[in-house]
Parts: sequence; structure tokens; C-alpha cells
Amino acid sequence: MAIDAAIVRKVAKLARIRVAEDRFGPLARELSGILQWIEQLAEVDTEGVAPMTSAVPLTMPMREDVVTEGGDAAAILANAPSVRAGFFVVPKVVE
Amino acid sequence: VSDLTGLTLAAALDGLKTRRFSSAELTAAHVAAMEQARSLNAFVLETPETAMAMAKASDQRIARGEAGRLEGAPLGIKDLFCTRGVRSTAGSRILGEFTPTYESTVTANLWRDGAVMLGKLNMDEFAMGSSNETSAFGPVINPWRSRNSNQALTPGGSSGGSAAAVAAGLVLGATATDTGGSIRQPAAFTGTVGVKPTYGRCSRWGVVAFASSLDQAGPLAKTVEDAAILLTSMSGHDPKDSTSLPVERPDFSGSVGASVKGLRIGVPKEYRVDGMAAEIETLWSRGVDWLKDAGCEIVEVSLPHTHYALPAYYIIAPAEASSNLARYDGMRYGLRVDGPTLEDVYELTRAEGFGEEVKRRILIGAYVLSAGYYDAYYLKALKVRRRIADDFDRAFEKVDALLTPTAPSAAFGLGERSADPVSMYLNDIFTVTVNLAGLPAISVPGGLSAEGLPLGLQVIGRALDEASVFALGAVIEKAAAFTSAPQRWW
Repeated sequence: MAIDAAIVRKVAKLARIRVAEDRFGPLARELSGILQWIEQLAEVDTEGVAPMTSAVPLTMPMREDVVTEGGDAAAILANAPSVRAGFFVVPKVVE
Repeated sequence: VSDLTGLTLAAALDGLKTRRFSSAELTAAHVAAMEQARSLNAFVLETPETAMAMAKASDQRIARGEAGRLEGAPLGIKDLFCTRGVRSTAGSRILGEFTPTYESTVTANLWRDGAVMLGKLNMDEFAMGSSNETSAFGPVINPWRSRNSNQALTPGGSSGGSAAAVAAGLVLGATATDTGGSIRQPAAFTGTVGVKPTYGRCSRWGVVAFASSLDQAGPLAKTVEDAAILLTSMSGHDPKDSTSLPVERPDFSGSVGASVKGLRIGVPKEYRVDGMAAEIETLWSRGVDWLKDAGCEIVEVSLPHTHYALPAYYIIAPAEASSNLARYDGMRYGLRVDGPTLEDVYELTRAEGFGEEVKRRILIGAYVLSAGYYDAYYLKALKVRRRIADDFDRAFEKVDALLTPTAPSAAFGLGERSADPVSMYLNDIFTVTVNLAGLPAISVPGGLSAEGLPLGLQVIGRALDEASVFALGAVIEKAAAFTSAPQRWW
């Protein structure tokens, strides 16, 4: 299926990436080109095939439910763009 | 001691052990080489003071008889690995001056064994690329040039900085990562050896995530033996990565030089693709002859779904990437671009912080995972992935390993393929199947193209059978007698 500018607008919103107005058209063409090439997958018979969700068969390991690390707010905040009184500062989200 | 940067890692470790030179001398020689090679743009951050301090500490441990496996050896680290107190960017603007407060398991393993860090190596942004041209720091230049040409060539990608630094003798070895070919294709383009181990051999903890079910760390090195030495230190079970394999860590260098007599080697007919350069075909036949001479039995095998590996990869990898890269929201680390609302901050930060190829893949990933398309694209790709893995399982009932070319061409010029994403993706046609199936593989230089550029051969093994991969790689290395080095122009 070809991707049009409206779909790019929707996907860009989902991906939280601002796209300039004049880029929707060119992006739609680029992504359509890639997807057309991908669509050859339809030729493969996958009837009854189980999806492969991990590279090696491995059951998730379990461990004791205990705290292994923590209590180091300074390290957590060390790279934050904005910090006040030991907290991340983020834009206002509640009116 | 004249040219310490010309040594292999194995020879350098021997020289350190027998006190023919100190780590301080060895490291200083590599720091000088690194500083003289800035035109290659292989490093995004040089750490000469750290290197010299680590070298002096190594010399003291050597004097006390406490040398580790890699004691005193100066290495380069791909900038995808988080290094404590040292800026780690993944080749992206969005991480800004991000300076981890923790160390990746793979690099921690290297320091545990006494290695010395020279600096952080350039790469495609978030490891998404096959030419190093998507890096926020600009492309790496391949130390190799075509005969009678000054054209700047790509070292391949995404581990282009790692490959170029090894090829130019700036480091004794380097860490790298491989999601669709990012260790092996640069190895082929620079006349170096690259190993992608079995998925789960090396911990992914502290490695910036691209596509978690495909990402795997491995070494880039001057020789097969050097690669085996490095992987022995890098690998091992890590409880901090739930996909890390709880298996014993072998000494891989024991496999180098082992007999390959009687091994059955598969040659997959589907890898004879349209438009493949004749000299790649010739090199492949030569590789077959070398393994025959070493006592291997050659068997033609079929991997019928090969053709569908790249399209499946370009659904799975972007889908995982769009999820992994959701964390770059400008709140906790890295770049933040201010705006009137929270939503604006997210969107503006990500628009400015990500490069074009990364945005393209995030958008594709978000699209194939979105309501209404999930089954048609993402689920379909996961089923095709199973088909591809089944192909390998069936082949490995008949053979012990597979021999293929690493890449469909030699290194190409910067800018030659960046206009068309799909033509760039086709670089990984022989390597990507291995990531989808989680298998180990090596790229070894096999010879030179007509233009005098290196070409690589790939050996693919069964899961966890790095032993055969190293043994066969060493046989090819010896038979190819690849001694060419790039003419120094930098």
C-alpha cells in the first residue's frame, strides 16, 4: 500500500517527531519506495508458521525480587537537561 | 622497538609479557598514531590521558605478575558502548554530551582483563547505516583507496570507525556491534577481521539499543587470532541482560589453528545473486578451493528464503528501533528543545536530535506497528524470520558451516549510494540472514579487487559453534595470505 502525506502525518504524530509541512510529500514518496520493496514478503507462504520472537530459544530467567541498585539520585540526574531540588524538571502537563 | 602500531594484538601482548616494551610505550605510540590520523575521522572522542593512566597501571600490574589476558593493550571502543565518565553518543546529536554514570558489561570485561582505552569510535547514528554517512560527526574515511585514485571511500558501517581504526593501525583492536552486518561488512571493506558471535554471547547491558532481538557485540581485529582473544574477554554470561546465554565462556583462541579436516562446508546457491561483481564470485570459488585443500568436504545447500531476509529485516529492525528510541524524549538526558507544551518539546527535540535515516526508520517502525498494519507487516515479518531460521536448521543437518562472500561489492565512494535507501540496504544481503537466525559468523579478508581494495569471505556456524567459525576463518586467513595494508596518505 502506498503511503500518502496524511499517513505520514499520522505516523509522525505517533512517533512524536515534528515534520515540516513541505517534507510530508517527499517523506511519503521515500517511505512508499521502501514499503513497495518490503511488500515482496507477501510471496512467502507463512501458513501455520509460528512467529519468531527471539533469536535464540530461551526462557526468561527469574531472580529474587529484591532491590539490587538504587538510592543514587545524583547519578540518575547527572545528565538531565534541567534539575531542581533533586528532581527532573519537565514542562507543565496539568493545567 | 620501531613500529609498535604495526604489531598484531597477539604479538603486542607477547612483547608486553616478555618486557620488550612497556604498555606506556605501546600506548604512547598508538596515541601518536591516533592524533596523526584525524583526517580519517575514526574517533569521535580521544582519551589520551585516560589511556596513559591505564597503561601505567597495567605496567605496574605486569611488574607485580598480575597481568590480565589483555593487560596493557590499547583498544578503541565503538561509541555505542556506554563508558563511565566518558561521553557516549551513539553517533547521534540527541544524546548530546551524555556521560554515563555506569559501564557497559562488555567494556567492563575488557578493563577487568587489563585493556587500555584510547577513545570512542565513530559510527552510523544509532548503528543505522552501512557507510558511516549517517553519523552526526560526519563520515569516517576508509584508509584504503583504489589504485591511482584519491577518491574518499566508505569504511562501511555501522562500525566504520572501529574498522578504519584497526586497518590504519590506530588501535590493536576495537569493539563493534552487528545488527544486520555492521561488524562484518566494515571488516570486508577495510581488510580486517570481524566476528558477530551467537546472539546472547556478549551482554547487551550498557550498549545503546537499536533492535534488541538482533543487536550483538563483537570484535574488529587485525587477525583471526586477535579477534578470538578479544571475544574471549568480551563475552560471558551477564545476569543484567535477560537474553545473555547462561553458557560457559570458552577460550576462543584455542580454536585458531585447529584442524578442519572432515568438516562439511555448505555453499548456499541462493547467495549467487544478480549483479554480484565477477571478482566476488571468483573470490568465493577460491575460498571453496582453500577449504577443500584443508580437507573439508564442499556441499551445495539451499537457503530458499534468503531473498526475503532484507525486507523482513527492514520491518523487524525499524519496529524494534521505534520502540527503543522512544526513550529519547528530552526529559532525562541528552538534547532538549523547548516549546510551549510537553508535546511540542517531545516533537521538537526528536526532530532536531535525530538524523534523516533514523527518522525514516522510526517512522517505518511506527507505521508497521500501528493499528491495522501490525498483522500484515510486523507479524508477517516474524513468520518469515522463522522460515529463514528454519532454512539454516535444515542446512546444518547436512553441513557444519557455510561459506559465502561478506558483501556484494568492495568499498564504494562516499555519497555514491546515500540518495537511495534501498540500494544502501542491499549491502547487507549476505550478512543480515545471520542476525535474523542468531548465528555466529566471521568475515576474513580473502584478497583484493581489481582496483586494489579488500574483499571479505564469511563463514557462518551453528549457534554457539564459534569454535568452527574461528578454525575455518584461520584456515582461510592462512591460505589467502592477505598481507596487504593501506598505503598511508593520512
